[in-house]
Amino acid sequence: MENLIFAIVLLPLFGFLINGLFGKSMPKNVVGGIATLVVFAAFCIATFLFINFDKTSQPIIAKAFEWFRVNGIQVNFSFQIDQLSLMMVMIITGIGSLIHLYSIGYMHHDKGFYRFFAYLNLFVFMMLLLVMGSNYIILFIGWEGVGLCSYLLIGFWFKNKEYGKAARKAFIMNRIGDLGLLMGVFMIAYHTNAFDYISVAQNASKFEVDGSIIIFICAALFIGATGKSAQVPLYTWLPDAMAGPTPVSALIHAATMVTAGVYLVVRSNFLYVLAPTVLDGILFVGLLTALVAAFYAMRQNDIKKVLAYSTVSQLGFMVIALGVGAYTAAMFHLMTHAFFKALLFLGSGSVIHAMGGEQDMRFMGGLKDKIKITHITFLIGTFAIAGMPLFSGMISKDEILVAAWAKNPIFWVVLFIISAMTATYMFRLYYLTFHGKFRGSKEQEHHLHESPLNMTLPLMILAVLSVIGGFINLPHIIGHGHYSKLQEWLSPILTESAKGQLEANLKGISVTTEYILITITVAMFFAVWLIVKNIYVNKGKLPVAEESYTGWEKLSAKKLYVDELYNALFVRTVEGLGRGGKMFDTNVLDKVVDFVGEGAEESGKSMKKLQNGNVENYVLVMSVAIGIILIVNFLLQ
Amino acid sequence: MGEVNTFIQSVPLNYFVILATVLFCLGVLGVLLRKNAIIILGCVELMLNSVNLLLAAFSSYMGDGNGQILVFFIMVVAAAEVAVGLAIIAMMYRNTKSVDVSIFNKLRG
Repeated sequence: MENLIFAIVLLPLFGFLINGLFGKSMPKNVVGGIATLVVFAAFCIATFLFINFDKTSQPIIAKAFEWFRVNGIQVNFSFQIDQLSLMMVMIITGIGSLIHLYSIGYMHHDKGFYRFFAYLNLFVFMMLLLVMGSNYIILFIGWEGVGLCSYLLIGFWFKNKEYGKAARKAFIMNRIGDLGLLMGVFMIAYHTNAFDYISVAQNASKFEVDGSIIIFICAALFIGATGKSAQVPLYTWLPDAMAGPTPVSALIHAATMVTAGVYLVVRSNFLYVLAPTVLDGILFVGLLTALVAAFYAMRQNDIKKVLAYSTVSQLGFMVIALGVGAYTAAMFHLMTHAFFKALLFLGSGSVIHAMGGEQDMRFMGGLKDKIKITHITFLIGTFAIAGMPLFSGMISKDEILVAAWAKNPIFWVVLFIISAMTATYMFRLYYLTFHGKFRGSKEQEHHLHESPLNMTLPLMILAVLSVIGGFINLPHIIGHGHYSKLQEWLSPILTESAKGQLEANLKGISVTTEYILITITVAMFFAVWLIVKNIYVNKGKLPVAEESYTGWEKLSAKKLYVDELYNALFVRTVEGLGRGGKMFDTNVLDKVVDFVGEGAEESGKSMKKLQNGNVENYVLVMSVAIGIILIVNFLLQ
Repeated sequence: MGEVNTFIQSVPLNYFVILATVLFCLGVLGVLLRKNAIIILGCVELMLNSVNLLLAAFSSYMGDGNGQILVFFIMVVAAAEVAVGLAIIAMMYRNTKSVDVSIFNKLRG
């Protein structure tokens, strides 16, 4: 059993080493094949473990070696397989292998093909470390590792300077969060004398509820999560991260890495139940994130930017679920979001591929007959995220909405508005891309073609998952409690008080209320669908350049000028400090050093005139000097 | 040695000192004022010998032979110096057809 667990982690590392070291001289199909197969093999092993594992199983700890021991705390390089990590591993390797397969087609013409797959394998390895580590140290290694891979892959086309800048922005924003995570981990170790989850959970009971220490720990960990999961105020890197190749956006910046923050909080639920204040803060951050990101997504023209803000907004939903204590709902939405957002990103990649690299929706339109498979799968993805009844996204989002209602109906209203906005921007995206007239150049129209099978196959699989993915956790009123598989599955990793709090809240909602809430959201979905269709298909409204928008549309297109604000506040400050330092260096330090050197040179220049080469002169000076010495000597006596 | 000493001591010491001073000053002036390298070399010899004279005089007045031994050393050094100096002057002449030291100021800063 232990060897299988090591194999899951080591297979992607093996793929990385092979492709990274020898990939350059191997044919492309072999490189892509190895990369895909190692991840798929890891997925198969994870599935095997999953079959042999059930909701009552105890966590399996697979210890590779003792890493170090400090102040009586032993830190092992070991992995923990339990219900939560197994779920994450299956999402990562499952969706990961689909995206690897897709990338073989998508990246086929790229010169850095082998480099791309090496990075992708390294990313999967790091992500597995993150979710499988049995203590916060291993988690931190993975956390930094995925940050590095994200940096490498965003800046994959590093010859474009803007892309390089986007990569650096992502890296720096993440570093801010990482500092929070690191402080939280150190505080945990200091107060509980342990790094591994099981011991920390056992020792956590000694914290007093809402004490300053636990608040600090939970807040610090959540700062880490805001960086990685792109929450306010550290979210601005994620939209820029779309500079990377589209499969990267699908895998790293939609399905897996950005959910690490959610995973962290769920994993640490034994700490968060002790800090209700922090949970309220998390709820607020999530609401703000979901709202502003959905607002930005309304008027973006870049197809990937819309999806990026949508991702930020959906991550906001997961964080809201955490904030109201609905950990299962957060994980459920994490999973369904991984399905449909990976599908949407890969679909958009297929569109971009067909359009010959064009990402601007102003130059798309009417693609539905040209690229049929992409069109249908993309429509399914749109339905899933927008809330088509019984599609995965609707079921998981509904669970969050109900939990929010249980906390306070006001939160439900806000979430309802955000859901309406989600449906709006997604249908806008869909209609602008696939309906109406083709607005691109003649050349592009001629070039239009459906992607090869290795790209459409992942789309189809993900489309199926996006439809049926919700059935593993049907709400009570539909499944009558018999189909809450995910909730039962995740039950062992949540503390009793975490479950108790939510159940107490949910008991307050009658079945009738729940029916009414679902009816309203479903009605909203169809209403939005019709309205958006009317605007973009019947009236034929077209997107315009950012600058031509007015009023709220301009605010949305310009993202409320947050980037500009950050530039003015932080970037300028740092640049100012840098400029000040440079001034001090050139005007003070350099001058001092120059003065010493120039002084020596000048004095040398003036002294050398004494050496005029006339021997008589030397003799004269010498004899006069001797004479003076003698006279002085004589007088002094 | 005794006879020489008595003979030397018959001349007052001041006379030696004055003579040596005059000779030395002549040597210095020669070095300072003349441009001819050979004359300068001669003047240097003159200075050395004025010192030798002084050493010999003081030595016999003190009845100590060490001073006169030092004179021999100085003579040897002076001979060696003249050999080298004349060789240099010969080379100078070969290169410039002149022994005027004011031409040789190549070492100016």
